Amino acid sequence: MKQYNADVIVIGSGAAGLAAAIEVKKANLSVLVIERDKELGGITLQCIHNGFGLKEFEEELTGPEYIQRFINQIKELEIPYILNTMVIEISNDKKLYAVNNEDGLIEIKAKAIILAMGCRERTRGAINIPGFRPAGIYTAGQAQRFVNIEGYLPGNTFVILGSGDIGMIMARRLTWEGCKVKAVVEILPYVSGLLRNQVQCLEDYDIPLITSYTVTKIHGRDRVKGVTISKVDRNFDRIIGSDKFIECDTLLLSVGLIPENELTLNAGAELSKNGGPVVDNNLETTIAGIFTCGNVLQVHDLVDLVSAEAKRAGQNAVEYVKNRYDKKSSKKEIIKCLSGENVNYVKPDRINKRDLSKDIIFTLRVNYPDRRVLIQLKDNNNNLIYKRKKIYVIPSEMVELIVNLEKNGIDPKCKSINIEVIPRPEVLIEEE
Amino acid sequence: MILNLSESSQSIVKVIRCIVCPTGCEIQAKKNPKGQISFEGYTCERGLEYAEQEFYEPKRILTTTMRVENGLLPLIPVRSDKPILKDKLKDVLKEIAKIKIKAPIQMGDVLIENILELGANVIASRNLIKIS
Ligand SMILES: Cc1cc2nc3c(=O)[nH]c(=O)nc-3n(C[C@H](O)[C@H](O)[C@H](O)COP(=O)(O)OP(=O)(O)OC[C@H]3O[C@@H](n4cnc5c(N)ncnc54)[C@H](O)[C@@H]3O)c2cc1C
Repeated sequence: MKQYNADVIVIGSGAAGLAAAIEVKKANLSVLVIERDKELGGITLQCIHNGFGLKEFEEELTGPEYIQRFINQIKELEIPYILNTMVIEISNDKKLYAVNNEDGLIEIKAKAIILAMGCRERTRGAINIPGFRPAGIYTAGQAQRFVNIEGYLPGNTFVILGSGDIGMIMARRLTWEGCKVKAVVEILPYVSGLLRNQVQCLEDYDIPLITSYTVTKIHGRDRVKGVTISKVDRNFDRIIGSDKFIECDTLLLSVGLIPENELTLNAGAELSKNGGPVVDNNLETTIAGIFTCGNVLQVHDLVDLVSAEAKRAGQNAVEYVKNRYDKKSSKKEIIKCLSGENVNYVKPDRINKRDLSKDIIFTLRVNYPDRRVLIQLKDNNNNLIYKRKKIYVIPSEMVELIVNLEKNGIDPKCKSINIEVIPRPEVLIEEE
Repeated sequence: MILNLSESSQSIVKVIRCIVCPTGCEIQAKKNPKGQISFEGYTCERGLEYAEQEFYEPKRILTTTMRVENGLLPLIPVRSDKPILKDKLKDVLKEIAKIKIKAPIQMGDVLIENILELGANVIASRNLIKIS
């Protein structure tokens, strides 16, 4: 069996994996990147639209341009990588097993591991829809890959279910390729992607956005012939008598992304309710020496934040290899981070008490849109630690907070902190 | 009264949804009987600038793909290096579709110069190696 060895192994070569590997190499440790695809780059390679890099490079780049800059650095720093190779197992002594066509099974030994496997698309929307399973149903990301990388069109006339950014971007892309997009159908009462995409991808081309509707039937036996859409009430139950038929030969599903965590589970790490691993403020999972970043940890809307998160994961893996790898793991004292009102999830899931003097980067998503809110952190004795105003929150935009808990007077004996996004009291008074 | 009359004779010629920030102001472009245009509904200077640009000369960066001969992939992602007039995008897409280029290609290579005399070049968005 072919064997490899490195201080740090990075699984996945998307924006997250590459930025993490670069940090490790810069600290003079050995690193190896493993990628199952035939080239480095991950999902950004197929995101040919612009809108990447405003924070990282202060320029508006396309996905491929953004990632090319990192690929160039990987080559300049001579960071080794293996392609066409899929990691299939992580054992508890940090041995990895991977497979590829040439070598069969490979064994890799590491001191630390960085999980950067990205996410995959939900297909759940399709499973519940009655009808046969004809050809012509794809996820929006699959369609994006067909059109932008492989070079063929998956259909002629489209209905897109879900108004996330990928769905809207594909609506414009398909229109540009001469296809007809009949409608983007959204079950929520509001668009779930960015306003900019709603305006520039749908309104620019008069593509109807139909909110509070969902697809309730797929017509056609061999090939999709059309879909029935129906209005839904507040509980997402179908309203009788609201059905409309739309003729199309292809249905695209853009109903959300989920972190890709089979390997994480396999390594024995705990997952949290957003589907990503439980991490501490150093992006370390519940297994010492296994770190994580990017979409496998939490689905990101901005690649710039992925790169920043990945740098931290890389630096923390370096710190682990240099200072903690040889030592017996001392029991960590932690403070848990809990999701309160209108918080879908928050990362990190826990904070090490020894890090209370450091700046902690919190990222969270809300459950529903709101205006003029207060984001508050309170401890388990209801003491307010930190608050910040925000004009606007929406589930599709991740919120980032940087808080130094010690400077904000946290009680170091507290057990947990609760994070909530609530209407501003003064706004309530103003509007009375 | 007269004032009211002249105000009501201002007709809305276009509603522009501002994308400068997530607030998403609806900005109305209005025309008075003399044909003069004014904007209402913006809440910041950047919003007004955006509305003026969108009203008089809407432009977009174009991102698409171009066919490739003997490359690792059959396509290369490309973009315009400057925004292009919105109502010329279709013509530009058609022009790009006519062309097939040869690998290897480097990010930033100018693949079509001054496309349709619109003042923008079409450039490659990534490197693409040649396969034999
Ligand atoms: C369609 C779409 C549009 C987007 N648009 C924008 C935008 O306009 N602007 C913006 O800033 N951001 C955008 N984003 C967000 C941003 O691009 C992503 O969040 C970011 O690129 C994710 O990087 P990643 O490295 O975490 O994941 P990925 O890029 O998905 O990389 C994961 C890699 O891991 C590999 N892998 C997985 N499992 C294994 C395994 N077992 N063994 C080996 N390799 C494995 C995969 O093949 C893949 O290459 C968009 C995202 C999507 C999906």
